[in-house]
Amino acid sequence: MYAVNFLILGALLFSLGVFGVIARRNAVMVLMSIELILNAVNVNLIAFAMMNNSAEGHVFALYVIAVAAAEVGVGLAMVLMIYRNRRSIALDELSAMKG
Amino acid sequence: MNALLAADVNVAQNVGFYVIAAVMLYGAVRVVSTRNVVHAALWLVVVLGGVAAQYVLAAAEFVAISQVMVYIGAVMVLFLFGIMLTRATIGSEDGLNNRGWGLGIPVALLLAGTMIWVVVDQYRGTVLESPEGPMPTTALSDVFLREGLVPFLALSFVLLAAAIGAIVLARKD
Repeated sequence: MYAVNFLILGALLFSLGVFGVIARRNAVMVLMSIELILNAVNVNLIAFAMMNNSAEGHVFALYVIAVAAAEVGVGLAMVLMIYRNRRSIALDELSAMKG
Repeated sequence: MNALLAADVNVAQNVGFYVIAAVMLYGAVRVVSTRNVVHAALWLVVVLGGVAAQYVLAAAEFVAISQVMVYIGAVMVLFLFGIMLTRATIGSEDGLNNRGWGLGIPVALLLAGTMIWVVVDQYRGTVLESPEGPMPTTALSDVFLREGLVPFLALSFVLLAAAIGAIVLARKD
C-alpha cells in the first residue's frame, strides 16, 4: 500500500473540514468540522508511524484525541453559555466585537 | 491509477482502504453539506468509524479502540446534547450556512490541490510495508512513560482544566 493513499485521504478530509468551518453558520456544526480536521491530521500521523514503523506517531495521535476531547467539552460549554445569554448560536449574529 | 494502486503489496488491504475511504469521504461531504443538524452528527459517526477502520488497516489497534471509545462513545454524545440543548430544530432547517458560504469552495479546492500536489511530489512511490501484526501496546507505553512522560502529565492537567472549565462555563448561577 502506498503512503500517498493515506496522505491524500487526510488532505481531502482536512479540506472538507476547512470548507465546513468557513461555510457553516451554526456553532455546533463548526465544532463538527473542526473534528473532521483533527481526524485528518490523525490519519496522517498514523500513516507516518506506519512508514517509519515506530510507536511515536501512535502516541501523537493519542495526544491529539485527548486534546480534541478537551476542546469539544470546553467548546460546547461555551456554545451553551452563548445560547443562554443571546438565544442564538448563529455565528454571524455574534458581532459584539466588531468595531 | 497505477500510481495509486500498489497491486504488488497487498490487494485485500488496498481494496479495504478504497472502500472505507469512499464511505468516509461521502460521509464527510454530507457532514458539511446536509441541511439537518442531527443528520450531520450521525454522518460524523460514519466518518469517525471509518477513521477507526483505517487505523485497524494501518496496524494501530490501540488508537482505533481509543478512537471508538472517545469519539463515537463520548464526543458524539456531547454533540447530540449540544444540539438538543441549543434547541436546533429537529428536521431540515434553512440558514445553516453563512451568506458567503460559496467562498469556502475555492478555498477548500485550493487547499486540497496544494496539499495533494505537495504530498504526491514528496511521497510518490513510497510503499508502506505491510506490518506483521498490530503495534504492541507495550511499545506505546514505552514511549508514553519515557520521553513522552512530561507531555503525558501535562495532558492530564489539560483534561482536568477542560473539565473544570466546562463545568464553570455551563453552570447556571
